[in-house]
Formats: sequence, structure tokens, C-alpha cells
Amino acid sequence: MLSRTAENLFWMGRYMERAEMTARLLDVGSRITLLPSSAGQGFRDDWDSLLQASGTAEGFRAKYGETVQRNIESYLFFDRDNPSSVASCIERARENGRIVRTALTSQVWDALNTAFQELRQLEKTERGKLELSRLTEWTTRHTSMLRGAIAATKLRDDGYHFLGLGSHIERADNTARLLDVKYYVLLPKADYVGSGLDTHQWMTLLRALSAQRAFHWAYGGEITAAKVVHFLILNRRMPRSLYTSLTGAHENLSALAEEYDRRTPAQTRAATLMQDFSQLTVEEVFDEGLHEFLTRFVGEMAGLASLVQDQYLSGEAR
Amino acid sequence: MAVSYFNEMFDGGRVRAPYARLEDWVAAMPPEFRTMKQEEAEALFRRIGITFAVYGEGGDPDRLIPFDMFPRVFTQSEWRRLEKGIKQRARALNAFLVDVYGRGEIVKAGRIPQHLVYGNEAYEKAVAGFTPPKGVYSHIVGIDIVRTGPDDFYVLEDNCRTPSGVSYMLENREIMMRMFPTLFRENRIEPIDSYSEVLRRTLASVAPKKCDHEPTVVILTPGHFNSAYYEHSFLADLMGVELVEAIDLFVEAGFVWMRTTEGPRKVDVIYRRIDDAFLDPLCFRPDSMLGVPGLMDVYRSGGVTIASAPGAGVADDKAVYTFVPEMVRFYLGEEPILQNVPTWQCGRSEDLKYVLDHLPELVVKEVHGSGGYGMLVGPKASKEQIEAFRDKLASDPAGYIAQPTLALSTTPTFVEEGVAPRHVDLRPYCLVGEQIELVPGGLTRVALTEGSLVVNSSQGGGVKDTWVLAE
Repeated sequence: MLSRTAENLFWMGRYMERAEMTARLLDVGSRITLLPSSAGQGFRDDWDSLLQASGTAEGFRAKYGETVQRNIESYLFFDRDNPSSVASCIERARENGRIVRTALTSQVWDALNTAFQELRQLEKTERGKLELSRLTEWTTRHTSMLRGAIAATKLRDDGYHFLGLGSHIERADNTARLLDVKYYVLLPKADYVGSGLDTHQWMTLLRALSAQRAFHWAYGGEITAAKVVHFLILNRRMPRSLYTSLTGAHENLSALAEEYDRRTPAQTRAATLMQDFSQLTVEEVFDEGLHEFLTRFVGEMAGLASLVQDQYLSGEAR
Repeated sequence: MAVSYFNEMFDGGRVRAPYARLEDWVAAMPPEFRTMKQEEAEALFRRIGITFAVYGEGGDPDRLIPFDMFPRVFTQSEWRRLEKGIKQRARALNAFLVDVYGRGEIVKAGRIPQHLVYGNEAYEKAVAGFTPPKGVYSHIVGIDIVRTGPDDFYVLEDNCRTPSGVSYMLENREIMMRMFPTLFRENRIEPIDSYSEVLRRTLASVAPKKCDHEPTVVILTPGHFNSAYYEHSFLADLMGVELVEAIDLFVEAGFVWMRTTEGPRKVDVIYRRIDDAFLDPLCFRPDSMLGVPGLMDVYRSGGVTIASAPGAGVADDKAVYTFVPEMVRFYLGEEPILQNVPTWQCGRSEDLKYVLDHLPELVVKEVHGSGGYGMLVGPKASKEQIEAFRDKLASDPAGYIAQPTLALSTTPTFVEEGVAPRHVDLRPYCLVGEQIELVPGGLTRVALTEGSLVVNSSQGGGVKDTWVLAE
């Protein structure tokens, strides 16, 4: 397969995940601001921390300055100046897909194109008529359809694995960032730890990940920081956990190595990371510091992506 | 001035034989059903993604070319004659190219003026003396044909470089078959879906001598912002070959390679959909960042085939066009089957005088123009437009040719009020490799505006499915 084609597929996978992550982030934000602590000063801090976690704080401030909820919604959902906005991500996923149209099945293209066409309709709709919840649900519905079309119709060839690799790496990164929101929101208010508000914030996070029920099934009882951290980082059954995402990326890399009959540094790196994770405990994560751990992890994922780039996407490999 | 136009369906009040079954079909079609089908067709086109992307012009970047559901029909015998004429012309054009980049016999024999060939902008000195594999320069020849009577066909122009539109020919058929299966059961229509297979075979047959294995064919596109990108990816998909951009290719050790996830892979035949000027910056445009540096060296040393061959454009120039019948006689020793439209070369003083005296009756075209732009249709033009052209002709006579306004045939077309005649032309795609082949059909373009003779999609033209009936 052409390196450029692999690159387009890889990024199509990444943008699809990122669109969903931005929508979920918006969802967490709007739910958190509904909590009692958010009266007055708190409201702004909460949104700031959200922008901080998604890496879009600077861009937002440059464009809007003041933190106003409506502006944040615009910036995170519609704004093409924000490369991580839902609209930007969907448009780029679709553009990447259009370039390699023939490497996709018609159902996959249909799902991608429909999302794009509907987005254009949404953009024409009067903003007052668009509930935030409708926008986030719209996004997750379309990413689900796209994922479903890929799972049901795409040949399990190298193209499939580049798509998967993009989404797994992006998903690992995104779950880590979402979890980090909690760190930013809570840090200055250490008194809250273990309080009802703390529990409520963890729950909000789980709901934004559509994982609240799953959490209860898996752990039961009280929601505690340790349980949630275990769930989102180490749980092998949780589809969005760091461990599961990493496993997915490793499987994609192994399949590629087998298909091309060539082991790669990227595959070795992913295997080492998995090895580390399989022995990791929640206590160790807390000892390192949750924020420090997550920051390091996001860096590891960037490193893995760059190995993939060198090996497969740059066209420089011999 | 009242001109009567040949209507391909109704001749003297009677329905011509090839359209016999279509009369009932359209009579039995209620208006609501027609609207529904038209919408269905549009939705299909949009869904498949067959749009004509026009970037940087504002408006909808995914514009559809209007599709008219009323098919255009040829009988088997009409087609046989066309086919013979098209193949004959494609052979002559290729013989001409081999000659002018070689010994130049036709020029020496005085059958075509020297400056029209060697002084032509499209003449590539960089390939003089080199003969491409199998002596083929133009592998896909698109010949634009108009009709003025039951047996009167004229060639309007030849396209020897990279004629586009074949994806519409194929998709129009696909969509018609999906929407009106009964029509295809009732009429015996020659299939055209072998086109992609014939194209692949044609390209593989001109692999360079140095290629000792099943040749690797690729399509070279300017990229996804190009208005014909859909067609490029569509053809690559149908043939099962890679669609590459210049950045995907590099030259090393005398061959061309593409960058793949498994390392470099050798490329043998490049079906390029980009202009000569953007092939190789080392050879054509040192200022350009586009292209594959060193590609032309590989080409000239027989390491890769480029289709169409660089330099093929000298055969489809509007000034050279006048001499194509001469090429048929000179190289093939045959009389041309298809007629040229009589053409005045404004560069000749006696022709220019005639043209200036008859502007309101003539069609005037730029020698290097395309897409129906920069053109004067005398009978439809205002006094001011005519005077503007008079000035243009005076300042650059050699830049223009003139032709009589042809009474282009019409075929029934669905319009708002029902069915009405609209002017059409035809572009068949002739494939030239080891063999010379033509699928029975082509792209019919239709001028949707009443009375208009301009069929270009950029100026309100649409397309139709084109049938050739089996014997």
C-alpha cells in the first residue's frame, strides 16, 4: 500500500476518535458546570481546566479572551480555527477518506460522507435551536456508525490495521486527557477529595465516557478515585481504558508486521509498554502522581505514533 | 435566420428506428414518477461521490454535472461506421506523432507547414528522437464528434493528451441500469463495462522493454483538489492499480519507484493525468516544485512508460487539426471516414479576411483554448461581442481559427415542461496499445439551455447515457 494512503487512513482513524473525544469533553464540561460548586468563580475555572486538558486553551484565549460558555461551545464544536473542534475533525476525517476513497468500502464512505453532509446542515441551523446535548449525541452517533461500518465491511488488510492503529493511539491519548480533566478541576480544592462533590465529579466523567453503568457492574459499591483510575487505566474489559487501547494498537502493529513479514521498532515499543502495564498497580500510579503518570503516558503515545510515522507513513522506509 | 436541426429521434414526424421503444417508455411515464427518478439519480450520484469539484470558485465544492435520463441511441450500423472512422483517426494521429518526433517526413513532403509543428508550443524538443514503446504516443484518444444529419458526422476536435469524462460514461450507464432495468431488457444494448479492463490491458501492453515481469501500472493525479479527482480514483479502483501523486514517486538507479508501507516498489507504466509541464521539474520547469525529478531521464532510457507520452499535445492543437485528414491520406493511404469541420486559419491573410467579413455566421475559437471558453458563437452573439472579437482577431490572428456554425443534431431531453430537443455532441474514448480498441459507447454531452450550442459542463452542459443497439 502507498505510504500516503496508509497515512490518510491512520489520520482518518485519529480524527474520528478525536471528534468523539471533543464532544465528550463538551459533555463533561456542561455537566460539571451544573454542579453547585460552579456558582460564580468556579464556572470559569472548570471550563478553563477543560480547555487546558484538551490542549486548546491557548487558541481559545487568543480568539475569545473571556471564558463564556457559548463561546466555548462554538470553539469546541463548530470552529474551524480550532483543529480539534468536532467540525474540524469530521471534515478532516472525511477529507482523508475522500483522498483514499477506493481504500474504503461504500458503507464506510457513506457513513463518513453522511456525517459531513449533516454537519453542514447543523452549521446552517440557528444556534438557539441546538441543545448542547443534541450536538454531543449527534457526534457519538455518527462515530459509532462509522466504526460499525468499518467493523462490518472492511477487509482485514493492512488498510484496516492503519485505521485501527490511528483510532487506538488517539483513543489512548484521549482517555488519558479526559482523566486529566479531573486532575485540573480538583487540584485546587483538595478538601473535596472523598466528599459528595468528588464522587459526583467522578460520576460525571464516567457518564461522559458512556461508562457509568459498566463501572457499577464491574466494581459495585462506592465510587472511589482508586476504582475509577483502575477502570480507566488498567481494566482490560473497559473498551476505552488505556490498557485496552494499547492492546488494540499492539494487535494492529503485530498484524502489520506479520502481513509485511517484518518486525518493527513500533511493534517492539508497543510490546514493552504492554509489558509495563500488565504489572502496573493503582498504587504505583498514585505514587507517581496521577497527573504526572498521565502526562508521561500521553508522551509515550506520541512517541509510538512517531515510530509508526517513520516506519510506515513517511515513505522513507527501505 | 431559421436553421433546421436534425432530430435524432423524430425525422419528418416519424420516430426513427433506434428510438422506437423509447417513445412508449416516455409516454407511459407520469410526471411525478419522472421527478422521483430524477431525484433518485441525483441522490445516487451524490452518494457515490461523482461530483465535479470546483475549488476556489465559490459555491458548492461538490457540484453535480446534470444528468439527463433520456438516453441517446445509435444503431449498430451507425456505430460501425463511427468506430471505423475513430480508429482510423487515432492511428493517423499516432503515426503523425512518431513521424514528427522522428524523421519528419510529413513536413518534408510539404503536407503540413513546418512552423505549425516545430514552432508549436506543444512540441516537446525534450523527446525528439525518442520513440515510445509500440510507437504509441496517445493511448487514450478522445475524439469529439457532432452530427448534422442521418449520415453526417464531423470531428470537432481531437484530445490526445488526457481526455476526461469517461467515468461519466460508465456511471451514467450504471445508474440507468439501476433505475430502469426494464429498458435494458426490452432494448438490446451493447455493454460498455469492459472499458476498465481494456484500459488496463492497453497500458500493460506498452510496458517498457526493460520490464521483464507483469507490469506495475499506476495513475498519476495532481491530487484531490483537482476537479477530475473522482475520475482518477474511480479508474484506479476499477483497474485495481495505485493512484499516486508526484510526491509518492522517486527516481533511483534508472527506474521509477513508489513509496509504500513495505518500502520502494518499481513502477513500469504511468497513466498520467497531469500536464507535461508538471512531470519533471528537471526537464520542463526548473522553477516548479511539482513533478518527479529525473522522471524524463528514466523515460528516455526506456525504464518507464508515460501515457500519454510527453509531447502528444502537438497532434491535438486546433491549428494542426485542419491537417488530420491529410495525415490519414499520408500515413494510411486511405480516405478519411470522418469529416473535419471546414476551418479557416486566421493566421492566413485570405482566411482572416473571409472570417472578418462573416463573423456573425461563424464560430471563432482560440487555438489553445478549451472548455468552451474564449469562443465566439456568431449567430448567438451580440454586436458588442462580435466587435470585441474583431479586435482580438486583429491583434493576434494566428491565435484563432473559425468554423461555420454547425447545425448540431438534437435528441429529446427532459426539461421542466416535459421533453424537448436539445443539442448534443459525442466523445468516444479510443484505446491505443498493442491493439486498438473502442467500447461501443461514449459520453454524450447535452446543452441544457434551449437553443444553446455549448455543451461544456462548465457552461450549463449535462450528460446522457449513450446506447449502441446490438444487431
